Formats: sequence, C-alpha cells, structure tokens
Amino acid sequence: MITAAELATPNFPNWCPGCGNFGIWAAFKNAAVTSDWDNTNTAFVAGIGCHGHMVNFVKLTSFEGLHGRPIPVATGIKMANHRLNVFVFTGDGDCLGEGGNHFINAARRNHNITVLLHNNNIYGLTTGQTSPTTRKDFPTKSTPDGNPDEPFKVLNLAIAAGATFAARVYANDIAGLSAMIIKANEHQGFSVVEMLQPCITFNKECSPTFFTDNTYKLPDSYDPTNIAAALEKTLEFGEKQIPVGLFYKVDKPTAESEFPQIDAKPLVDNQVEKRDVSELLQTLY
Amino acid sequence: MSNKVYSIKIGGMAGQGIKSAGLNFAKVAARSGYNIYNYIEYPSLIRGGHNVMQTTFSLDEVHSQIQSVDFLIALNQETINLHKDELVSGAGIIFEDEGKIDATACKDKCRLFAVPLKKLATEAGGQEIVSNNVALGASISLMGGDIKYLFDLIDEDFSFKPEIAEINKKAAQSGYEYAQTNFPNKFDSLLTPQKNANKKIVVNGTDGVAFGAIAAGLQYTAIYPMSPTSNILTILAANQREYGYIYKQAEDEIAAINMSLGASFAGARAMTTTSGGGFCLMTEGFGLAGQTETPIVIVEGMRGGPGTGLPTWSEQGDLRMVLHAHQGEFPRIVVAAGDAEEAFHQIMLAFNLAEKYQTPVVLLVDKNILDDEQTFPKFDYSSYQINRGKMVREKDPEYHRYVVTDDGISPRTIPGVGNHLVANSDEHNSYGYSSETISDRNEQVQKRLRKLETCAKEDMGKPILFGPENAEITIVSWGSCKGPILEAMKDYPFVNYLHINWINPFPADAIKAILSRSTYLLDIECNSTAQMAGLIREKTGIDILDRFLKNDGRPFFPEEIKDKINSIIKTR
Repeated sequence: MITAAELATPNFPNWCPGCGNFGIWAAFKNAAVTSDWDNTNTAFVAGIGCHGHMVNFVKLTSFEGLHGRPIPVATGIKMANHRLNVFVFTGDGDCLGEGGNHFINAARRNHNITVLLHNNNIYGLTTGQTSPTTRKDFPTKSTPDGNPDEPFKVLNLAIAAGATFAARVYANDIAGLSAMIIKANEHQGFSVVEMLQPCITFNKECSPTFFTDNTYKLPDSYDPTNIAAALEKTLEFGEKQIPVGLFYKVDKPTAESEFPQIDAKPLVDNQVEKRDVSELLQTLY
Repeated sequence: MSNKVYSIKIGGMAGQGIKSAGLNFAKVAARSGYNIYNYIEYPSLIRGGHNVMQTTFSLDEVHSQIQSVDFLIALNQETINLHKDELVSGAGIIFEDEGKIDATACKDKCRLFAVPLKKLATEAGGQEIVSNNVALGASISLMGGDIKYLFDLIDEDFSFKPEIAEINKKAAQSGYEYAQTNFPNKFDSLLTPQKNANKKIVVNGTDGVAFGAIAAGLQYTAIYPMSPTSNILTILAANQREYGYIYKQAEDEIAAINMSLGASFAGARAMTTTSGGGFCLMTEGFGLAGQTETPIVIVEGMRGGPGTGLPTWSEQGDLRMVLHAHQGEFPRIVVAAGDAEEAFHQIMLAFNLAEKYQTPVVLLVDKNILDDEQTFPKFDYSSYQINRGKMVREKDPEYHRYVVTDDGISPRTIPGVGNHLVANSDEHNSYGYSSETISDRNEQVQKRLRKLETCAKEDMGKPILFGPENAEITIVSWGSCKGPILEAMKDYPFVNYLHINWINPFPADAIKAILSRSTYLLDIECNSTAQMAGLIREKTGIDILDRFLKNDGRPFFPEEIKDKINSIIKTR
C-alpha cells in the first residue's frame, strides 16, 4: 500500500498561502493513498497555470505539457496503456480558453480519463486577467472596466459536449473532493470534476467564505441520470445557490473500448517488432 | 542505345475516373515489363475541374514526368484544348466520337482515333464513368499491349463486386475490339509485353510512408486530415486492426501531436503526419517533444504555401520552417526523401532515430512524392532492425529521468514499470522537477543539444551522388526534384547530381568535399528563395550562384533542366 510519505517529493508547493490548490493537493493525495494509486498504475498530466506545478509536489508519474494541451496528452497515454488510471490537472484558462477544443472533443469521444478542473475564475499565474469563467462585469487587470463577456457554465458545457460524469466540489472540502476524485476515476468514461477554487490573491470575490456561504449539496433525491434535469441544474448559480455534488453520470462505451486491437492487453504490452508488410506490398503490382 | 521514354496522358473532369484509369494503365505497363512514372495534376475539388494523369514509361528506368505527350486520352474537350501543344508529331489521340469533343485542331499533327466511348460503355451495361475503361481498352489495342493485364486489374479492383468487374471488363473489351477492327496497325507498338521481365511494384510516397511506418513497428498515430498527406491516414486507418496499431483522428493538429506524444510517453512507438499548415499548429508540440525528450516522428508533406496556398500542388518551401520552428533551442532531426522508395526507408529510420535520441524527427516529403507512382523492385528492408534506444524496463529506485550523460541521452522508462517519472516542459533538474537554477538550466540544455552531436557521429547519413565522381557540372537538389534531374542526366554524362536527404544534423563535410571538386554548381529547388542553397552556404561557406528555381506548384520537367544545362554549356 502506498503511504502519504511515499507521495512526497523534495519540493514544497510554491502556491500562495491560502490557495485552493492546497486543498486539491491534499484531496488528491488522500485519494491516491485510499485507492493505492502508485507508479505502477497511475499517471497524470498537468497543463500550465498555477495547477501545473502539481508535478513537482506529488511523486506519481506525470507529464507537465503545454498550456491548454494536457487533455490530448492524457488521451494518448490512456490509449497506449489503458491499465493506467489517468488524471488531468487543468485550470479554467488552460482547459476552456487555450484548450477548449480539446476539452469538448475528448468529452465527445468519451476517453476514460478524469479531468480535475481547477476553477478559480481568474488567470492566477499571469497575475490576474479575466478567464473564460470570470463572471460578467468583474473587474480584472485585462478588464479594468468590468468583464464584458459572459462566463462558461463549466458543467453545462461538459455535459453538452458528451462528458459522461460531471461533478462539482469546493476545493477546500478535502474529504468530499477526495471521495469525488475516487468516484470520477472509477467511472468508465470522460469524467469532469469542477473544483471551485479560491484565488486569494487575484480574485477577492471568490473567497473561501464566498464558497462556504453560497454552496449547497445536491440533495439525495437528486437524480444524476437525467440529462435534461442535469443540464438545467448546471445553470443554477447565485447567492446561496451554487450546487455541489454529482450532477450527471451515464454509462457509454469509452473511446478505448472502440479498438479491438487493445481488447486483450494494452498497446504498450506488445513488443515493438519489425512487421512483415509483404501482403501490403503485394497489392502494388 | 537507350530506350525512349514515352508518355500517355489521360484527362477529364474530376469524377470521371481519371486517377484509377491512369493507375491501371501504369500497372498494365509495369506488368508488361516496363518502368513507369505516374504524374497527377488535380485541383482542390472533388467533382468538376480538370484532372490529368500522365504515365511515362520505358524499358529503361523512368524517374519523372516529361513535357511531351505521345498519346492522349481526352474524356473532355478541355483535355484537347489544354494539352494539344504538348503532343509530339504523330501522337495518338483517343476521344469521344459523338461530336462532343472536337479534335480538329490536332488533325494535321496527330493521329486521331474517334471512339464511341459513351455508347460502348452503355452497351457494356455501365454508366458513363465506365468510358475510362473503354478508352483504356482501345489504347492498349493501339499500342500493341495485352488486354489481359487490364482484365486482371479490374478483377482485383472490384474483387468484392464481381458484377461491376464484369461490366468494366466488357467495356474494356469493346474498346479493345473497336480499335482492333477500325484502326488496325494505325499506331506504334509501344506496349509490347516483355518476356521474362522482372516485375516491379507501382508505388507512391503515400504507400511508402504508410507501409514503412507499419513495417517499422508503429503502435500509435493520431492524424488530422490535410492534403497532400490525407491518403497516409486512409491506409493507416484501414490496416490498424490487421497489424495491431492504433490510428485515432484528432480534432486538430495540435491535438494530433499531443496525443501522439502522450502515447509515446506511455511507451508506444508513435508518429503523426501533416502538411505545412498543420505543422504550424504542431510547432508548439514539436518543441514540447524536444524539451520533454519524448520520441515522435512527424511526416511533413509539403504543398504550396503560405496560408491555404496551393493545396493540391507541390512546393519545397518548408525546409527553413522545420529547421527553425518553435521558440528556443532543442535538438531536432530532419531527414528528407526524394521518391517513394526513399520515403519507405527514411520513415523506418526516423522511428529508430526518434527513440534512440528521444527527440522529434521530421521526415520532409512533398506532394509529388506522395502522389506520384513509380516502379521499383519490391522494397527490401531485411537489414532493418528496431532500435528503441536506452530504456529502463525494471523498477529502479535510483531512476531519474533526465540524468546527465556524455552522449546526451538519458535512459527512458515507461509509466507502469514502477519508476517515478516526470516529463516536464518547464526547465527541470535531472529528476524532472521544475528548476530555474543556472546549473540545472545549463546542464539540461547542453545535455539535450549533445544528442545532435552524437547523432552526427553515429547515425547521420551522407548525401547521395548520382553520376560520375567528377563532373563538369554538379547539380544540387533534394526532394522530388531528384526524378526530373536523373531523367535529364541521361543525356549528359559529364553532369552529376548531389541529392541531399539528411538535413539536420547536416552532413556539411561530405557535401563540401563533393561541391569543392566540381567546376560548376547548379542549385535546383521548387521554391523561390533557394532554401537549400542558403543552408549549404550557412553550413559549408559555399555559395551556389546559379539557382534554377520554380514555385508555381508544378514540378520541374526534365526538358527544362536539359535546357538549363544547355544554356550553361553555351555560356561557358
């Protein structure tokens, strides 16, 4: 069994004290320890943004790619070795600005990966510009007179694009987030966990108290299998009106299951060998 | 006495089966014992527009298209109008006799063979498109060929639809008989079947790249379609289950390279293919591969740029782009191919280089190489051996990904083995953790760049010299210019040709040695800025002053090169 100590690296996080990334970091490590995710069975990919530094702070096999591109890298890893638990750490700018096309297309294809979307409604690493999830009229460095654009509704977009698991958790709810990450990974398909994350330095509005005061848990009576109800629920956002929990879950064939060539074993379990292409060459006469 | 090179041209609208007719004529010629080169011109359209396929054939080797036409099959009026000036004196023309096509403009110079193409096609039970086989049957008759080869090819093409095969064979037979009856001995026996000829494959660069990748053990490829490389993915997609690799269509070229890099990181032998415009999008992932030291093969099939440019025409305009694309500095290996056979061997080499040096390898080809068929002896790759480079496959508690080594190559490992592995696009220390210290930065940059020095020592190939060791005129070129240059050289024993297919690292010493002993240098390229000549000057100090350039999307024709050589001789 892997221990929390074994997940430690020589590096301590360089996030701002009070950053929501600490909660996410703790929740992910808890989930890893609980589920025994280690270097024999797990890999994660990070994009660029404050979240991207995660590769330095969790001793699990990882790939820190380019801004906006972690999802395609993760789908390649999963297709090559579907035995691995594959996670993507990404941010609101990384996933929905620079990488929006990858997000919707990977959702549509239902790759069996888990996307952990750090949503702090701001560009933190570049010190405070508007993001695709910044609320309308919110003033930022790039929108000093107030953001003129409407934000994405993240889970609405995810479900409409084809994600088969869509959830939202507050980043500092470590136990709740940990459990949701495990559940998302267990789901066979494209899982999106939107993590509401305070940026205490550049987004004074979305503070920890803002999230604790305004979020509420989806009731037990909520049915996450009804796509129409789920889409409607994702539109809800306001004072005391930010639902958290599992919005939607459906079982559909994964992208990986569409390839009979990896039914028996992962692609990388095959030795790379020189192939005989005489039959193909024979067609050229 | 060398054997003459003949050419037949088939023209019509897109959708009239021009390409399949041209390919079948070429295969009839190849099966009859001739060497062929197939040149196709088509616009960026699916139907309509003017499509032309030319087969040059000879008992000698044939390397390229030629300007002159000995036999024309005109399935529309435009074919006559556009190509009448290319016809040699005495050329044959087959055309529709129902008055739809007027060939009177050629009647003094050429031998006209009006054939009721549509009528015979309909009588055979086919649609108008079957006219192409009526015309082929008549052409084979006029040239003294054996119609059996065409029947065999039709059977192979329609093996899953025997009734369609029958209609097409009937159409070909009726064209053949019509010509036998109405035009006996009216043309020259250009296609007499040769006894005991060594049969050759008829192959284009698309086949070369795709089959080479499969032979080299390709495991994963994500590709976004783009002319002129789309047919590579068609072949790869169709054969993936049979050969056990995965092809996945990506949402764009950015995803294509990142998906392929993910698979490569996970341990799969991976590549992607695109054209110049797609490579622009891949530029970001190109450097990511260099920085994270993730192996990847990228096939860049050049077409006319910039912007959307000339989507279905050829150019050699992307040499400098692939040499310099992406910010910063990292080792990139760039190789090129001059024809389908080279493409086959270069792609196989590219996979070994990518994995040995854990860095991106670009194979540069161009539209002409990808689309044009040529006869070659069946490819022999018996000496090829897979080299996956340094790889740790067991759990090693001391493992760190970017350990500094003399040759610059740090052993890879793959996820799942149990080793902690970080691939990091941020500058990093030897473990892969982000680092901005001066020592880590310097160590890692130098380590990565050393790989290119190692490659230059251990793997870099030499340029290929065709013709005599010492010559009065040395032509320097690369890519698909190889064909027309070799074709032109048949008439000039005092001309040699330096063919460059290693671009980075650059075999500067070998090139300098060859160029230094020539008395006259001529650079030939399909671009307008002589990019290869510039590179040669940069790497060797030799400035090739005579630059014969073309960037109208069309290939060089050997006739143009002969004129150029003649003018050099005249002025010297």
